Amino acid sequence: MSNKEALLTIADLHASVEEKNILQGLDLEIKPGEVHAIMGPNGAGKSTMGYVLSGRDGYEVQKGTAVLDGVDILELEPEERAHAGLFLAFQYPVEIPGVSNLEFLKAAVDAQRNARGEEAISASDFLKEAKAACKQVNLPVSFLKRGVNEGFSGGEKKRNEIMQMLLLKPKLCILDETDSGLDIDALQVVAEGVNSQRAPDRSFVVVTHYQRLLDYIKPDFVHVLADGKIVKSGDASLALELEAQGYSWLQSSKEDVNA
Amino acid sequence: MTEQIDKALEREYEAGFVSDVESETFEPGLNEDIIRRISTMKGEPEWMLEARLKAFNTWLEMEEPDWALVDYAKIDFQAISYYSAPKSMKDKPKSLDEVDPELLRTYEKLGIPLVEQQMLAGVAVDAVFDSVSVVTTFREKLEEAGVIFCPISEAVHAYPELVKQYLGSVVPTKDNYYAALNAAVFTDGSFVYIPKGTRCPMELSTYFRINEQNTGQFERTLIVADEGSYVSYLEGCTAPQRDENQLHAAVVELVALDDAEIKYSTVQNWYPGDENGKGGIYNFVTKRGICHTNAKISWTQVETGSAVTWKYPSCILKGDNSIGEFYSVALTRGAQQADTGTKMIHLGKNTRSTIISKGISAGRSNNSYRGLVRMNSCADGARNFTQCDSLLIGDQCGAHTFPYVESRNPSAIVEHEATTSKVSDEQMFLCQQRGLDPEKAVSMIVNGFCKEVFKELPMEFAVEAGKLLEISLEGSVG
Repeated sequence: MSNKEALLTIADLHASVEEKNILQGLDLEIKPGEVHAIMGPNGAGKSTMGYVLSGRDGYEVQKGTAVLDGVDILELEPEERAHAGLFLAFQYPVEIPGVSNLEFLKAAVDAQRNARGEEAISASDFLKEAKAACKQVNLPVSFLKRGVNEGFSGGEKKRNEIMQMLLLKPKLCILDETDSGLDIDALQVVAEGVNSQRAPDRSFVVVTHYQRLLDYIKPDFVHVLADGKIVKSGDASLALELEAQGYSWLQSSKEDVNA
Repeated sequence: MTEQIDKALEREYEAGFVSDVESETFEPGLNEDIIRRISTMKGEPEWMLEARLKAFNTWLEMEEPDWALVDYAKIDFQAISYYSAPKSMKDKPKSLDEVDPELLRTYEKLGIPLVEQQMLAGVAVDAVFDSVSVVTTFREKLEEAGVIFCPISEAVHAYPELVKQYLGSVVPTKDNYYAALNAAVFTDGSFVYIPKGTRCPMELSTYFRINEQNTGQFERTLIVADEGSYVSYLEGCTAPQRDENQLHAAVVELVALDDAEIKYSTVQNWYPGDENGKGGIYNFVTKRGICHTNAKISWTQVETGSAVTWKYPSCILKGDNSIGEFYSVALTRGAQQADTGTKMIHLGKNTRSTIISKGISAGRSNNSYRGLVRMNSCADGARNFTQCDSLLIGDQCGAHTFPYVESRNPSAIVEHEATTSKVSDEQMFLCQQRGLDPEKAVSMIVNGFCKEVFKELPMEFAVEAGKLLEISLEGSVG
């Protein structure tokens, strides 16, 4: 794996929200096929990282680069980043009343195909794929007809995010605390959805507070994000260490480094 | 968002072209002589002229209403021309072959081919161009079913008894200022009669087009559904893009006799004026229906055009168990102003009404819902449900709701729900993150917001309405 070109390279990324500096020199390199878990205390900038990479309004980049597949995506519109293969599974998926899941997803898939110069997918082919995706994340097919996230429970919303990922087939998936608020069954469904998509040309960034998710989604690397940068990286065993000891030992060691 | 909204104002009005048709147009001005001339042009019988003159005198004594939340320069009624018709229509073409091809091209360009073979098979069209009806399609086929569908100017001659009995029976001349004006100067419109127990075999539709400059369009539509009959009627409207305001003051009357049902749908796309509010149509319309026992009237409207809209399609639920429905989408942008809603007057026992109103405001526009629900003392067990939802795009527009509820019967139930929401940044971001551009995202969110109303439209119209919203919102985000 190590001799492959990186899929995503984040270098010295500084970003702020409402004039508050959140990311302060983030470096991260992700190669195709890898799964990276990002852990860290509240307010460390984990969700901010996802929003900055996907181009959400209000997140200002001060400096640094984020190169996805050879392109600095920080210059692109959010939808262009999506076309480039970036997918963000939201921590709190928003409702779009009256727009059916099916209609929404077909429009999204078609927009991405269009950006790649491909023709729109036929309605019947898409319906087949969508039904299969529903089944995979254990959502009734009737959810395709319901408004996007409209009246969905917390767990259903998260599974719906994974379903979208299955249909959009992104290169880089950022899962922003997709495990929060899930019971153990839903957690397994989500993890299976992710695992089924693991492929040599697809990478994952799994943002989580809990080691529990990593029992199901085995990461290649675990990083600790604190105060806007990665303060420690390791393999899956790092997550277990964090589970046992919390983050404070890292923050003190960081002070040592700074001293 | 502001910058994005500004971009919205650059959108093109696709129906804004002018047709090169030689017209015979009255000089501007309004007086008894003009009314006599209109009547002469239409070759009307004496009783019709008398009714017009009476209405004119009533109008002279009335005041222009100012209670609506709209602001516009005072209309100079003497500066408007009250009659304009393509010269080629003077000889009353007998068939499509005799109709000026330029007129046919106009409708084709608007997506309404009038050649029957090219049309949507299930829709008959009456095409009204300025003050005259150009052609009414599928008339023979409708006649086989006993359905009368013709220009009202023709009905005055051919079916005087029906016209005399019902014209003005739902919207009396003195009802309001514009209704009185319309009764005095109306030029054309459609007349529909569905005989007892008949289900109209196709959708009926009238397409109104204003072409000539400085003219007003004063159309009059009368639909009578006899006992146990059913009809679905569609209305569409467009006008060229002009710097001057033009007045459109129509009256629509619906009569649903016992057990009859009328479904009336409108897609209104009059020229809305430019981004500064220059030009555009003043749409001051009175629409009302009366329901006899067990009858049902359903109004569905999609309002995207006009500089100023003042319109309250209403139902008088006279007969026991009758039903009134009002489904509305009103989209305003730029400097548009809309004050629209409905009146549901419950007279009969167990009458029911439903009001679903969706107002969407963008730019610097103002969008008001104004509705009256009245439960009269005899309306035992009557029920109303009202839902008014407003959606704001940007932060310079206004949404207002003015519900009036009058209940004089303790057994009547009136429910009112209202919400106001914005197209949220989160929704926009979700759509964009999945690959949709902002325009598509807004139009999708807005279409979703309107879904409850769109599903009431006949299929062809629902598609058209969706597209229209999409065009209207083009560039509404940047």
